[in-house]
Amino acid sequence: MPNCGCETETMSHQILQYALSGLSTGAIYSLIGIGFAIIYNSTGIINFAQGEFVMLGGMMTYFFLSLLRLPMLAAMCLSILLTTAVGVVFERLAIRPLRNANPLSLVIITIGGSILIRGIAMLQFGKDTHSIPAFSSNEPLVIADATILPQNLWILGITFLIIAANRYFFYHTINGKAMRACSHNRRAASLVGIGVKRMVLISFAISSALGSIAGIITAPLTMTSYDVGIMLGLKGFCAAIIGGMSSGVGTVFGGLLLGIFESLGAGLISSGYKDAIAFIILLLILFIRPQGLFRKAETERV
Amino acid sequence: MTVKSVKITVVALGLLLLSTALCWAAPPIKIGGLFSITGPASFLGEPERNTAQMVVDEINAAGGIRGRKLQLVAYDTQGDATKAVQAATRLIKEDHVVAIVGPSTTGDTMAVIPIVERAKIPMVSCAAGIKITEPVKPWVFKTAQNDYLAVQKIYENLASKRIKRIALLTVSDSFGSSGREQLKSLAKRYGMEIVSDDTYGPKDTDMTPQLTKIRGGKAQAIICWGTNPGPALIARNAKQLGVKLPLYMSHGVSSKKFIGLAGDASEGIFLPSGRVLVADLLPKSDRQKKSLLSFVRDYQKHFKAEGDHFGGHAWDAVMLLKGAIERGGDTPAAIRAQLERTRNFAGIGGIFSYSPKDHSGLTKEAFVMLEVKGRDWALVR
Repeated sequence: MPNCGCETETMSHQILQYALSGLSTGAIYSLIGIGFAIIYNSTGIINFAQGEFVMLGGMMTYFFLSLLRLPMLAAMCLSILLTTAVGVVFERLAIRPLRNANPLSLVIITIGGSILIRGIAMLQFGKDTHSIPAFSSNEPLVIADATILPQNLWILGITFLIIAANRYFFYHTINGKAMRACSHNRRAASLVGIGVKRMVLISFAISSALGSIAGIITAPLTMTSYDVGIMLGLKGFCAAIIGGMSSGVGTVFGGLLLGIFESLGAGLISSGYKDAIAFIILLLILFIRPQGLFRKAETERV
Repeated sequence: MTVKSVKITVVALGLLLLSTALCWAAPPIKIGGLFSITGPASFLGEPERNTAQMVVDEINAAGGIRGRKLQLVAYDTQGDATKAVQAATRLIKEDHVVAIVGPSTTGDTMAVIPIVERAKIPMVSCAAGIKITEPVKPWVFKTAQNDYLAVQKIYENLASKRIKRIALLTVSDSFGSSGREQLKSLAKRYGMEIVSDDTYGPKDTDMTPQLTKIRGGKAQAIICWGTNPGPALIARNAKQLGVKLPLYMSHGVSSKKFIGLAGDASEGIFLPSGRVLVADLLPKSDRQKKSLLSFVRDYQKHFKAEGDHFGGHAWDAVMLLKGAIERGGDTPAAIRAQLERTRNFAGIGGIFSYSPKDHSGLTKEAFVMLEVKGRDWALVR
């Protein structure tokens, strides 16, 4: 494609638009990434079923809205509750009975779980793509010649609210502190009387709830179908890896960075490389900081 | 015995003989069906199987072909080339069909072609791939419209609006890359200049970067080539960015589902489509109108769903076979020869005229241009 000597003015507007687009997709990646990090920190495993929680959030909301004709808020709350229940059941049936297995087997089990959840969702909800209505108006807002949809603001707002709530939970509640203790040293935590099993269960509950929220707030924008979980899950995983598996600012930063890089890459280099950019970043991080994956680094991660 | 009663006995005997002769001579004419009824391409195979059976039942209810019933033996390929090959072999070797309708997908069709060519059984595929009939294989025909006919229709429309500079945005799967190739290779003939050529992934959820780039470029129109849900997202993203350029979609999204997904963002979008969607909007002079209305009405009656393009491909295939058998008899060789002589058959997908050099049989007039107006289709004059 020949580069059309575009004037610098248009170029800067374009870059602003790329950045805004990137921020809003990045916020989604952050939210999913935090779900990965919370489970990783309490159990030491990467839960590849995280993307399916995202899918369940969106698909269930669509289901409650269109088939049961529930009001928006009720549909959203119900689907968050149900997805959380799925997360808890998943932990009970698939993770807890095997908690002495090595992390790699557990990771593979989560992959199996994700295929199972996706299959059930396909049978229940069908293979069609669905859209749910936006939370507020659909009219784009103009910010210095770049445009953004109100739904993007909802995504950004809700993401930051959740991250703040997360921080409060982990630093100012007894359960949150206990989970941090588990993430530092599970054995020591259990020695001082912390119920490690219960913490693992709570971590699955929180992660699946976060995943479903991510699925719900993005569904009006990106639409949803039984198989959206795979790609979103992988991107969230990249965000968590970039953020060093922290369930706080690190992963948020990782997600936003990933979103902006993708968007800039697609706009300025080539749209064909959009997904490649995410995975090149992932590989680079894994090469430079391999301890991010299965071995705990010295830094605090919660 | 009187002379009269002798006569009656002779006549009765004669009738008896004749009827047994008819019994021997009139087993049903067996045609095979290969459809991806389950699996990822079930959205093609299911309406195709439904329609094929419906048409066969209707032909039989109206007295069959030359007094003989038609029988459809349909197998599910599950969109799997290996299963398609097995099913085709079974149709030919065990069921002794005289012709085959289907398969539903290009992959299945390409796998089955060597088998029907060797067995010399005519096959009318319902898949769209250009390579099915280019180069021409003696025993293989198809009913789905070629992609490049849709490209020609779009370019013709653009040229009539004096639009010359276009931006492409195509999905990076086989449908998108085939469309992209055709768009590029036909651009010159219609005087089009492709000023940007972007792609997006089939699972992408945000196409604002590509559209931002297009908006900053010199294009006068955007052509997007993909199947749901991508194009619906692109329509929404374009509205979000306030892109004022006319947006053209491919026939890959010509269903109500697209309007449902894109919502208000679908307003003013142009796309080429087969005539099924707009059967009742067509002028009385349209030669396909009669076939279309009867297909849509019958499908609604039998399956409580709207007849779509895919069902139409099977409708065309069975009716083309019916015409060939009526004219030339029921041997595979005669059916093949008569199929090739089909001229001006007004079906669902278009007006078919096969020839020894053309086994796809349609022109760009198989498509009409539609515009989305008020969440519904409108014909573009």
